Amino acid sequence: MSFFVDSVIMVTSQVLFFGFGWLFFMRQLFKDYEVRQYVVQVVFSITFAFSCTMFELIIFEILGVLSSTSRYFHWKLNLYVILLVLIFVVPFYIGYFVVSNIRLLHRQRLLFSCVVWFTFMYFFWKLGDPFPILSPKHGILSIEQLISRVGVIGVTLMALLSGFGAVNCPYTYMSYFLRNVTDSDILALERRLLQTMDMIVSKKKRIAMTRRQMYQRGEEQNKQTGFWGMIKSVTSSPSGSESILNEPVHLRQQVLNLSLIQQEVDALEELSRQLFLETVDLQATKERIEYSKTFQGKYFNFLGYFFSIYCVWKIFMATINIVFDRVGKTDPVTRGIEITVNYLGIQFDVKFWSQHISFILVGIIIVTSIRGLLITLTKFFYAISSSKSSNVIVLVLAQIMGMYFVSSVLLMRMSMPLEYRTIVTEVLGELQFNFYHRWFDVIFLVSALSSILFLYLAHKQAPEKHMSL
Amino acid sequence: MASLDRVKVLVLGDSGVGKSSLVHLLCQNQVLGNPSWTVGCSVDVRVHDYREGTPEEKTYYIELWDVGGSVGSASSVKSTRAVFYNSVNGIILVHDLTNKKSSQNLYPWSLEALSKDSSPTGIIVSNGDYDREQFAENSVPLLIIGTKFDQIPENKRNDVLTRTAFISEDFNAEEINLDCTNPRYLAAGSSNAVKLSRFFDKVIEKRYFTRDPSQMQSFTDRRRFNFKSLHND
Repeated sequence: MSFFVDSVIMVTSQVLFFGFGWLFFMRQLFKDYEVRQYVVQVVFSITFAFSCTMFELIIFEILGVLSSTSRYFHWKLNLYVILLVLIFVVPFYIGYFVVSNIRLLHRQRLLFSCVVWFTFMYFFWKLGDPFPILSPKHGILSIEQLISRVGVIGVTLMALLSGFGAVNCPYTYMSYFLRNVTDSDILALERRLLQTMDMIVSKKKRIAMTRRQMYQRGEEQNKQTGFWGMIKSVTSSPSGSESILNEPVHLRQQVLNLSLIQQEVDALEELSRQLFLETVDLQATKERIEYSKTFQGKYFNFLGYFFSIYCVWKIFMATINIVFDRVGKTDPVTRGIEITVNYLGIQFDVKFWSQHISFILVGIIIVTSIRGLLITLTKFFYAISSSKSSNVIVLVLAQIMGMYFVSSVLLMRMSMPLEYRTIVTEVLGELQFNFYHRWFDVIFLVSALSSILFLYLAHKQAPEKHMSL
Repeated sequence: MASLDRVKVLVLGDSGVGKSSLVHLLCQNQVLGNPSWTVGCSVDVRVHDYREGTPEEKTYYIELWDVGGSVGSASSVKSTRAVFYNSVNGIILVHDLTNKKSSQNLYPWSLEALSKDSSPTGIIVSNGDYDREQFAENSVPLLIIGTKFDQIPENKRNDVLTRTAFISEDFNAEEINLDCTNPRYLAAGSSNAVKLSRFFDKVIEKRYFTRDPSQMQSFTDRRRFNFKSLHND
């Protein structure tokens, strides 16, 4: 009876998560596009729903809601479904939509998407070889094999994002790094841009007028009406260019001039694109400067200093962990309680508080990571999607989201007290959890250091670009 | 090659609707083989005979400024784009017939280009209740072009055409529906070609033959160049 009630609760919450994912997709991601393939929306919402259910089960574990057998059952069920989605469904649809976009392969879409899927599976399997993630007693199609690989990919992603985020956050918040941009800089750049556009326009006018004159002089013999047709007939085999050779010399000269002008136009267009992007950059910097003068801006500036200290601390800890091969045994909650009890001498009911504090801590971690990920995904999606590739990109994002959430569960195990870790260990099998933490530290360090290098180079290069104006 | 008078026409619309293909078709009479992203603005020129076939026939250059981007771009992109909206004589609004959102976005696009109150980052949008009078008294000629006409199945064509008729009524403008990969739609003598020609003639008339040339000033002055925008009330 209680199992039935528990299942009803679980299913209701899953439906709620599904609805939230659906709304997010419609309102945020696909704001400017029309959803033509509902499959994409359904797959995205399913991935989101089952990932959130995993987090929900951890919370239930801590709070002791629902009976432990039903919790265990739902864990297993959820895990199977999410692995199914992440390894079979999403990659297959990614392959399918990529293949649909390519015109040549359009007719045998299904065949080619199966081929793509098998390639994906091959590389996915090969991924497990260099890593010491499994003990040999596991079978070939066991859940541990799949989870371990998904975990590796997800942990790499998490570490990359954290590393970059840890460095980028103080860089964007603090106004110390803002380049000084004045209105006259922007005006000067805009004037250059408009001048370049005017030059392009005047050259294009010459080309258009010349083509029109050549057309009016009865070039109907030439089937191709574009002026490239003229060029082709001039440069092709002698028999084809007789009609041009019969024309007066000044006309041939005009055709050659046109190709020169076209090259100049191409170069100018490239210049105009660069100037446009630089102007956008300067405008964005100017807006940030204005923002930093407001109250909110000052608050974020202060936060930026705080986060930079936190970032340095994390990098330091990651280095220590790697160098001294340290493995954390206790979680922050228990350690915090130990410190307060032993050093500060405050006595309180350890069991009661540890449960509530873990709940709050884990809850905060979950909410911030979901929110952070969704915001990053949205920004990324707006930046790179187009009407053709929007389906593929959303599915790739769904894949990333699923893997990210699965590995968060893996890593979160470290933040929970011992009594709550058991369910995760039981369900996920005998994975080498310590390996994942070490791997996270390594990738975090690499990502943070390369972000620092990258931001330093970008920062150095920018003022030099403008000094040459 | 005497230098001719020119008019400037903006081509606006969401990304991916086919503005670059359209401009290429209008100016080079050829289909664009490899469309790619427009960064910033790309210009092309069409030579147009004003009042073709009459004694007042005169040739003009029509500059088609194809501005890339989307309505939801960052405000820094919008401020930079505003530089291209100077001294505009006509606007072609392009939307994708297979994508309803691109048609809805035509309203914010037109407001962005026409907003006299020069705040380039803030567009005054009154939640869908677009004032027809605002567009009726607007003196910049507009033309609505719907692309990807061939991708609409036969049975849905009527619905789509009714919808676009509403839009063009709202803007008080003519409309053309075509497929940018097929020059047949703009073949000489077809009704589309006639509408296009009439639009360009109207633009030229407004620019060169209108009785009150100072009426054009309000669209050419921008706040950042420290001119006060002139209102003619």
